[in-house]
Amino acid sequence: MIKVFNIFKSFNDKMVLDDVSVSFEPGKTNLIIGRSGSGKTVLLKCIVGLHEIDRGEIWYDNIRFDQLDFTARKEIRKEIGMLFQGSALFDSLTVEQNVMFPLNMFSEKSLEEKIERVNFCLKRVNITNANRLFPAELSGGMKKRVAIARAISLNPRYLFCDEPNSGLDPLTAILIDELIKELTEEFSMTTIVNTHDMNSVMEIGEKIIFISDGIKCWEGSNNEILYTDCELLNDFVFANALARQLKSSAEKPANH
Amino acid sequence: MLKFLSQFGRYVLLLKKVFSRPEKASVYYRQTMHEFVYLGINSIGIIAIISFFMGAVITLQTAYNTENPIYPTYLIGLGCRDSMILEFSSTISALILAGKVGSSIASEIGTMRVTEQIDALEIMGVNSASYLILPKLTATLIFNPFLTLISIVVGILGGWIIGPLAGVITSEDFIYGIQYAFIPYYITYSLIKTVVFAFIITSVSAFQGYYVEGGSLEVGRASTKAVVHSSLIILLFNVILTQLLLS
Repeated sequence: MIKVFNIFKSFNDKMVLDDVSVSFEPGKTNLIIGRSGSGKTVLLKCIVGLHEIDRGEIWYDNIRFDQLDFTARKEIRKEIGMLFQGSALFDSLTVEQNVMFPLNMFSEKSLEEKIERVNFCLKRVNITNANRLFPAELSGGMKKRVAIARAISLNPRYLFCDEPNSGLDPLTAILIDELIKELTEEFSMTTIVNTHDMNSVMEIGEKIIFISDGIKCWEGSNNEILYTDCELLNDFVFANALARQLKSSAEKPANH
Repeated sequence: MLKFLSQFGRYVLLLKKVFSRPEKASVYYRQTMHEFVYLGINSIGIIAIISFFMGAVITLQTAYNTENPIYPTYLIGLGCRDSMILEFSSTISALILAGKVGSSIASEIGTMRVTEQIDALEIMGVNSASYLILPKLTATLIFNPFLTLISIVVGILGGWIIGPLAGVITSEDFIYGIQYAFIPYYITYSLIKTVVFAFIITSVSAFQGYYVEGGSLEVGRASTKAVVHSSLIILLFNVILTQLLLS
């Protein structure tokens, strides 16, 4: 369980996160949604400690993360996997070496055991016969899947995904979403996904937080989002005609 | 002035992070071996070529500027030897390496920063500064003195080949000149300078790359800054070290 209490973050006097409090539950896919520039990536980076918060508290289970120094944070970070927007695979390493990197750094496994674990993770994300390829030789979807394989190689308890679907075609995006949801359930991870992809919201949004201008405006599930009366959220979610049709069809049975 | 102090403070803090205890020695060892090849062995060619021509030009210039029966011709060999040892093999090679190695380090680390690869390392719990910079520092601090020695040898060889070929000195006189009044401490002086310059090139360039913000344009600027800043600092420390070590 990750809990965030009253966090504030500003850059050069510009308030980016304004008194955000939220809890993220284990075994669930938690989504942070919002328009571009709303502060969702900053929130994610504050939670993992890539940005220091100005005020507030961040808790990983019973440990207050924001007060730990770099060495103490390392212990928690070994239990964190993160999928970055641009995948952030190491260019100079092959697919196999990328996935093996956390194992080389933090496990005492033998080479055979590490290779076995790498192959398991790659197979789990449906990557085969690509061990010797470099990131530059992979497609966007493959890069994301290799990045997920790297993120889960150490069996993390927490998985963070920053815009996992950006730059992917709709079909591949759905596959990535399904993969994240399956892995979350399989390994009982606390997963937090940053997205503005409405397919993701409807498919995997077990818990959704909507952020606008650094303020948390709404919290609920993918079922509840259709019936929300939060104007800002409605403007965001039902921005296109198809989504508006979906909403009206969802409202009709409720009106009858 | 305030900006300079702020930047210097960041540089010192980065070095503190770089010299903290490595997570896993075996991984760092492998990384250091890789840097030996990438930053060290791959620089031998350029250093050898430049040193050969530097030695040749020093020989010719010394010969054309000492065309006087009062000066014995073996002084041309002596001039070539001392110029190479005292200045060219350490300082000029360092300036060349600032261009080759410095820009490479800054752009490599800068690209890793803007593509979030450094963030990925931090998230995993890896001390990114130490993991990325310490192996490069170790490799250059150990290997650059060898590059300087290679430069001295090849430079003198260049003078020895070109001098007699141009007809400005005989081979015997040149060999006599490079053996005449040899002061071994000059080699020590040259190697001390090389080690200091290696530290400057690697740490300043890594600093420029590590704190890049933005995109590819900023990475390019950081690479240019790395070369300019490390070259200027090398020239400044050249004066300081010469005064300290030769006075």
